[in-house]
Amino acid sequence: MKTSHRMTGAALAVLAMAALTSCGSGSDSGTAAAGSVTLKFLIDNSPATVDTAKALADTFMQANPTIKIETETRPGGSEGDNIVKTRLSTGDMSDVFWYNSGSLLQALNPAQTMVDLTGDPVLANVAKDFLPVVSQEGKVYGVPGGTAMGGGILYNRKVYEQLKLEVPKTWADFVANSDKIKAAGIAPVIGTFKDTWTSQLFVLGDYYNVQAAVPTFAQDYTANKAKFATTPAAQAGFDHLAEVHAKGYLQEGFGSATADQGMKLLAEGKGAHYPMLSAQLPPFVATMPQAATDIGFFGIPGTDAAKNGATIWEPAGVYIAKTTENLEAAKKFLAFVASPAAADAVTKAVPPAGPYRITGAELPDDAIQAAKDLQAYVDEGTTAPALEFVSPVKGPSLEQITVAVGSGLTPAAEGAAQYDKDVEKQAKQLGLAGW
Amino acid sequence: MTTQDTGPRMGPGPAPGRAHARASRRRRDAAYPYALYLPAAVVFLVIFLVPTAMAFYFALTRWTLFDSEFVGLQNFRDFLAEQNLRIGFQNTIIYAVVTSGLKVVLGLLLGVLLTGRLRLRGFLRSVVFFPTLVSTVAVGITFAMLLKPQTGLVNQALALVGVDGRDWLGDAATALLSVALVDVWKGVGLATVIYIAGIMTIPREYYQAVAVDGGGAWHRFRHVTLPLSWPATYSVIILSFVGGLRSFDLIWTMTRGGPGFTSDTIASIIYKQYQAGFFGLSTAGNVILFIVVTAIAVPLNYFLGKRQVTA
Repeated sequence: MKTSHRMTGAALAVLAMAALTSCGSGSDSGTAAAGSVTLKFLIDNSPATVDTAKALADTFMQANPTIKIETETRPGGSEGDNIVKTRLSTGDMSDVFWYNSGSLLQALNPAQTMVDLTGDPVLANVAKDFLPVVSQEGKVYGVPGGTAMGGGILYNRKVYEQLKLEVPKTWADFVANSDKIKAAGIAPVIGTFKDTWTSQLFVLGDYYNVQAAVPTFAQDYTANKAKFATTPAAQAGFDHLAEVHAKGYLQEGFGSATADQGMKLLAEGKGAHYPMLSAQLPPFVATMPQAATDIGFFGIPGTDAAKNGATIWEPAGVYIAKTTENLEAAKKFLAFVASPAAADAVTKAVPPAGPYRITGAELPDDAIQAAKDLQAYVDEGTTAPALEFVSPVKGPSLEQITVAVGSGLTPAAEGAAQYDKDVEKQAKQLGLAGW
Repeated sequence: MTTQDTGPRMGPGPAPGRAHARASRRRRDAAYPYALYLPAAVVFLVIFLVPTAMAFYFALTRWTLFDSEFVGLQNFRDFLAEQNLRIGFQNTIIYAVVTSGLKVVLGLLLGVLLTGRLRLRGFLRSVVFFPTLVSTVAVGITFAMLLKPQTGLVNQALALVGVDGRDWLGDAATALLSVALVDVWKGVGLATVIYIAGIMTIPREYYQAVAVDGGGAWHRFRHVTLPLSWPATYSVIILSFVGGLRSFDLIWTMTRGGPGFTSDTIASIIYKQYQAGFFGLSTAGNVILFIVVTAIAVPLNYFLGKRQVTA
């Protein structure tokens, strides 16, 4: 029996070692050498974010040789959300991390997991109207990373020039333009439903028109009083999506095309309109320089030409995890991220996709055309943040529903009703009041 | 997991020497002190039993990873009210039936072919088995490329013979079936190997008897090979049917349940809920999937096992 006990002991010891070593990985950040500090910085793997983060880290390290920044990438979308949530809830988060602002931030429980920056000098240069999207219950948790972007129609200006078209101010104009483009043998609208998220733009990018028609929509929607299916202005996004498919505007193979292929079709002039976020453009300019000048941006047109405007997405935030052991260095880095110097560094690496949210940071003269077009909307004051920045309610299945509506599988009204149900599920799971 | 259980038992009728095996196992039990089982028991307990029990609890909560709130059976109600659950169930059943049916038919035919006198038999057996060895995700990504509408090899090959191929994975009518066929391509090797083993165990005397009675190749197949390879058929059906019910990896890599919801299966619906951060809800879905698979697999196992005895 004695031997067997010893064997058991040994086996348990081996087990315990295995368990410990597997838990140990990843938590060995912190002070590397005496006097120098290593900050881990978790970012998503989209080309724009990777380039932006690299520019920020490199410039910061030059100015602060004692602080080393190691970037670490994660997937985007809901897969990335789960990585961030898991790491935050297990206390395994990197010192600083890049994550969406707006409704997605609310689900991270910032009060428990992030360092409160309210009133901190770190925020000195942050544009005041950006703060609400990185706040919860009046406390601020992040600084803006990168630029704001527009969600609307990217269009090929060469095609518009050749066919002598004007930028449409109403949906009827958009349809008329599309008919002419189709007659010229060019696909009027590019669909890239293999990357399902890209199908949502007609709905999400239409929010400027929704709030122009129904100013209280966001409040009522959050309070479970307004619905997409019962608000004609809100359902219009679904209607547009269905109409684009029904009229045969989409290019051949839209069902299995990817976002990259969509950008390529647009830049080559094989497609004229691409409902997309302007942030898709800058990383693409490196491979196809003509995209900087040939591709413009306009907001998704609504019913009234006098109320024309664009929906914008606020930049993501950079946050500090509560578990960090290098708070001083992390704050120093955040203060740099939210400074005009950082904006300059980023501009050199990634052409900005829209305005910065940092006081004193401006678009360069050689900014890409789409960013200039967006800036024009901002200067006129005809922009509204997307619904996800003004309401925590956002259903997870919108992208599948919009693919189904955009492929003619589901009628628009049914799609809107499906989304209302999807939203209800999310609101219940979040435990929101009134659902 | 079922592979190990049903795989090796190929012979018709009850396994020979079962009583003997049981007796010797009992003796082996006594041969080792219980303490030696402890490490395995701890591993099993910690990484299997405890999470399973916890899953049954978390299925009853609204769980955000940061905290959980007990909500009773609300998650089950919400899961069953899921709008695309009906499509998901339909697709799951269609997928399981199509894949297991084709694997049985093709596996049997290939098994008969590859137990015949062929010059390249060994080589052909390897070729048929090869897809089984490739990672499912790699297969999914490769076929997604091959099936692309304009640039994919499949449509280019079809164009050579004058057939206008379609957008296989982007078209609601063909997406699920395309994935099912790829699943068959990948899984038929295993079915074939099971059939080869099953056919090899059929005693030569039966074939000689058919020859003496003047029966041809069709008689040999219909009256000897087919009924006596029933245990193999049984294994293939169970394996591929349960595999089909749980199907996820191929569907996710090739279509992500799309376009829209048209190729969603139960597993992909659950995964999407998990992705959305509805951890309690998706756990409830998994509990339901577990019950459904059990409810289908256990009677199927019983029914097919009974046929095996009478065959």
